[in-house]
Amino acid sequence: MKTAKLLAATALVAVSGLSVSNAQADELTLCWAAWDPANALVELSKEFEAEYGHTMKFEFVPWPNFADRMLNELNSGGKLCDLLIGDSQWIGGGAENGHYVKLNDFFEKEGISMDDFAPATVYAYSTWPKGEPNYYALPAMGDANGWFYRKDWFEKPDIQAAFKEKHGRDLAPPKTQAELLEIAQFFQGREIDGQTRYGASIFTERGSEGITMGATSALYPFGFKYEMTPGKYDMEGAVNSPEAVAGLEFYKELYKTGTPPGYTDSYMEQSLDAFKSGQVAMAMNWFAFFPGLYADPDVGGDKIGFFVNPGQNREASTLGGQGISVVAYSDKQDAALDYIKWFAQPSVQKKWWDLGGYSCHVSVLNDPSFPDSAPFASDFLLAMDNVMDFWQEPAYAELLLAMQKRLHDYVVADQGTAQEALDKLIEDWTETFEDEGKL
Amino acid sequence: MSSYSITEPSSRQKWVAGTLVIAYAVITLLPLVWILTTGFKSPVDAIAYPPKVLFEPSLEGYVNLFTTRTRVSPEQLQALPPPATWYEEIVRNRDMVIAGPSRYGERFLNSVIIGFGSTFLSVFLGTLAAYAFSRFKVPLKDDLLFFILSTRMMPPIAVAIPIFLMFRTLGLSDTHLGMILLYTAVNISLAVWLLKGFIDEIPREYEEAALIDGYTRFQAFYKVVLPQAATGIASTAIFCLIFSWNEYAFAVLLTSGTAQTAPPFIPTIIGVGGQDWPAVAAGATLFLVPVMVFTILLRKHLLRGITFGAVRK
Amino acid sequence: MADTPIDRVAKATPPTVAAKIRGLSDRTIAWLFVAPTIFLLLAVNIFPLIWTINLSFTNFRANRPTRDVEYVGLRNYERILTDGDIWLTMQATAHFLFWTIALQVLIGFTLAWLINRKFKGNDLWTTLIVLPMMLSPAVVGNFWTFLYQPQIGLFNYGVSFFTGIDPASFQMIGDVALAPWAIVIVDTWMWTPFVMLICLAGLRSIPDYIYEAAEIDRASKWRQFWTITVPMVLPFLMLAVLFRGIENFKMFDLVVQLTGGGPGSVTELTSINLKREAFEKWRTGYASAYAIILFVTVFGLASIYVKALNKVKER
Repeated sequence: MKTAKLLAATALVAVSGLSVSNAQADELTLCWAAWDPANALVELSKEFEAEYGHTMKFEFVPWPNFADRMLNELNSGGKLCDLLIGDSQWIGGGAENGHYVKLNDFFEKEGISMDDFAPATVYAYSTWPKGEPNYYALPAMGDANGWFYRKDWFEKPDIQAAFKEKHGRDLAPPKTQAELLEIAQFFQGREIDGQTRYGASIFTERGSEGITMGATSALYPFGFKYEMTPGKYDMEGAVNSPEAVAGLEFYKELYKTGTPPGYTDSYMEQSLDAFKSGQVAMAMNWFAFFPGLYADPDVGGDKIGFFVNPGQNREASTLGGQGISVVAYSDKQDAALDYIKWFAQPSVQKKWWDLGGYSCHVSVLNDPSFPDSAPFASDFLLAMDNVMDFWQEPAYAELLLAMQKRLHDYVVADQGTAQEALDKLIEDWTETFEDEGKL
Repeated sequence: MSSYSITEPSSRQKWVAGTLVIAYAVITLLPLVWILTTGFKSPVDAIAYPPKVLFEPSLEGYVNLFTTRTRVSPEQLQALPPPATWYEEIVRNRDMVIAGPSRYGERFLNSVIIGFGSTFLSVFLGTLAAYAFSRFKVPLKDDLLFFILSTRMMPPIAVAIPIFLMFRTLGLSDTHLGMILLYTAVNISLAVWLLKGFIDEIPREYEEAALIDGYTRFQAFYKVVLPQAATGIASTAIFCLIFSWNEYAFAVLLTSGTAQTAPPFIPTIIGVGGQDWPAVAAGATLFLVPVMVFTILLRKHLLRGITFGAVRK
Repeated sequence: MADTPIDRVAKATPPTVAAKIRGLSDRTIAWLFVAPTIFLLLAVNIFPLIWTINLSFTNFRANRPTRDVEYVGLRNYERILTDGDIWLTMQATAHFLFWTIALQVLIGFTLAWLINRKFKGNDLWTTLIVLPMMLSPAVVGNFWTFLYQPQIGLFNYGVSFFTGIDPASFQMIGDVALAPWAIVIVDTWMWTPFVMLICLAGLRSIPDYIYEAAEIDRASKWRQFWTITVPMVLPFLMLAVLFRGIENFKMFDLVVQLTGGGPGSVTELTSINLKREAFEKWRTGYASAYAIILFVTVFGLASIYVKALNKVKER
């Protein structure tokens, strides 16, 4: 009897759910990395729950484990995630191995146009093969690697005077990588307010993608390319060009002469820690963290300034960011598609930006008030104009692991030369592409 | 030791040996004490220099372990009604509000389910097999026993490759059932070897007497051997439980959410901005203390357990 | 123990009478009792092993189910054995194995010898010393990264307390030269009690009368140690080394949490390297060959070692 009553009650709840949406109420699980924007998304999703009657569960994995665990989940055909906000580089594998649902028909049916999203983000987060109109994700979170600095220190008269005396120019956010190095070295070991400070906190992490994301922020502006001709996998002369070698040597010099001791395995969290604890004058990190940093009670507000990754031989920033995809193994694809449909609406996108997420929707980005809506908003637009991303090949993980190893061996573990590191990287990558049948 | 023996160490020798051993014990236990105390430190005290021995105890680590929190602006904080509970108050003091429970409880529960499930199965199957190996002529007995042992020599990562493919095909990835079966298979070699040793020590005459009394072989096993082997079975069970409890490699490769146990989860506890060491320490404490208690309970059979019954005191 | 009726019968009945049994025959019961275990091990160990051997001759990738699988003969094996990076991980493993075993044997034996002086309360202290080895290596490894933090970490502070070195001046897990020792230290901390317990069992197995006889012969304590204690404990010690050797050859959880194989690749032990190949690069065929090579190595070395151990025991 008890069971029958319970069933009746459940049915009643289900029926009342129907009045809102005529689909069945599902419990959806959305998987993403555990970081500031994820909390904003939880907040945002409450509206979706109210509107559609589905309930949202979230599985947020810390960045160092995120790729490992989620790719493992996809490869094992797991049903943990219905929706996945996966990293941009996963799109090739997600598409070719059938992990992600192709969204073209759905977009067409619901009237969602990719023209409403910034072209760089659609290219990077949604398409496979690159640039083809086959969409496997909706751009969800625009991101790039940028910089922030201690504005209060930069503005101190004695520090400004000391800098001018040494370098003959005013202390200001760097415009080139060379200036960045100068400033980092200038602050390295300097005593400010009675404490020893250091130049900059940069990415050196070995386990996931840290050092690659950090080093490419120097390599790209110096002139590093993946291929001589796009799509031909001809890496000789691109990956190990004299400019690329100079860029890598530069990153090592920055690491050796401008970073706090002990940061041999540092990524997002450590970079934030170093900055928040007042150890460094500058730090690199993803734009995603900037709203949180600006709001930080200790180092935010007037004390913090932001700048886009400085150019050298050209302007370039390392791309971050993710698209949102429907996992092919999910039993609740319809409800998951509801979420994407809801998320794509301009009003939701606007709110997403307000809460601290980086919308890729043109109605948000092209709004005349956007550059002034936050102190880092205009830098974000600047960065997204010149983003470069790592390989997005299905074999991305293998390509990344090779680069992690070669970079860490050279930069942190002091083995060999930059030329050797990049030459070996070409060997590793050639082997992978041969295995893939692409060479 | 009442009578004088020339092999009995002198009291000075004892004193020196005792001091050295205690010194070693103190040093070796320091890291464990550090885990315990860090769980009760505030985040600031946890990373203080020099490390703090005396500190004001705080439950913040435990609160952070069991909750997820979001930062709010001071204005928003002002607008909220006063905190209803002591743990909300702790969180509010850091300009944050509780957003919901964390995943630690679920992961801990998974550890309990998978640990007990696999322990029950391996001890059950292990007792049967051990009895058979102990009492009957099983063809190729020594080879089978060695085969059972050799399954433990393979690195778990190597075994995980085909297991991963098998689980994927059977839909066992990230399920409790899959992990229980897998841990049972790993534990059963230990269970068989240990239990065989314990059952070997029970005199055969007991059962034979029961058989004469009209018991069937099965009844004799059930009513005579099992009660006699109870201590052995209990300690074997604890060893199996500790293994499943501590296992990491399979868990990290074969589970992602639904069936994930605590060991792969605890290292991923991250607070707002950096690893939240008091919370990690709190999670580790809750996870390690049961094993410490078991170890103390088990001390008589410890050696036997860790050497697969090869060394019996 | 209470004298139950069964006990009384047991004492009174000659064992030969037990031949007649009702119910299931012994053979059936034996079969019934052993079968589930064997079946489970076949399904979860032997079948996968055969599958792995098969995969090791292919270019299969578990993350590319749609791609054609080709048999590539011995190419995977050839690639592994000629890969310089894999030899480096083998060297890292050898360094780890050698030093952990050496230190654990040295400290473990010394401790056991001291505990065997039977001072008051030795049981209590033994139990306390044993605690670390029963704990989850992954959780412990993770916490040791905190103890190893420069400046604020307990380990660095302790070193500075005893030696006066600045605790911020060195980093155990970030430094290329120190990281291989960082993992040796934690493993030694965890597993010395294991060697200690086994040695203690060995020491306690030596009957007092042997020493008494030696005393009568006026053999020096030093001589007694080398001619009685060491040879008698040796089989036990060798067994401890066997267990530690196999365990540390498989080492994964502790080190992966401590250093993740870094900095560079200086602490990338074979299991960590294998995990990268199998579950990060997803070169399943290649990784299967790698797994088989490791298995054959452990099995081979262990068999040779067990033979040596049996010889020592026979003496």
